[in-house]
Amino acid sequence: MEKTTTRSTLSEAVFKNVGLSRNESSSLVDSVFDEILKSLITGKDVKISSFGTFVVRQKKERIGRNPKTGEEVPITARSVVTFRASNVLKSKVNSKNKISQVQ
Amino acid sequence: MSLIKSKLIQNITEANPHLFVRDVERIVNTIFNEITQSLAEGKRVELRGFGAFSVQHRKERNGRNPRTGETVHVEEKYIPRFKTGKELRLKLNSNVNINTSETRDE
Repeated sequence: MEKTTTRSTLSEAVFKNVGLSRNESSSLVDSVFDEILKSLITGKDVKISSFGTFVVRQKKERIGRNPKTGEEVPITARSVVTFRASNVLKSKVNSKNKISQVQ
Repeated sequence: MSLIKSKLIQNITEANPHLFVRDVERIVNTIFNEITQSLAEGKRVELRGFGAFSVQHRKERNGRNPRTGETVHVEEKYIPRFKTGKELRLKLNSNVNINTSETRDE
């Protein structure tokens, strides 16, 4: 069993479940993430029910420090994306792991 | 206004006129079910250019009810995490600071 899930894992699942060609499955997986990416870049949050929300947050400029030299460097104002997992996702991640640990 | 799943499905259907809404629904649901399933099994999900989902372990601890000050036991748990991918991180800020040489920020 593969350890990491990638785009190819997802397109294989789409290929099996939806009945499109492998090529088309893979390009549709790409377009789903492109669509999400485009929305986030324009500053719009993305809500996927029963999965989670991608939120764009504006960070102000602040003074950081180079941990090696101790030198102070300004960290410019920027946008960052945070992910808030839905309760459904949280509980699935929690329960399954617990079960596999007991076994 | 945020982009919600139904609008995401609508946008993709409009870009692919040969597909039905119900096909695109299945595609989008398959993708997020697959990610959820992987995380539930404790696997990492890496999506180049977009980001990576992982599962983190939180040890059991003794917490405190902030209102009453009472000590409560918090069980160990696993939580889903997301780390923004490089391409997404750069694109988010491309219009803000083009000239600042992007230094390592993690």
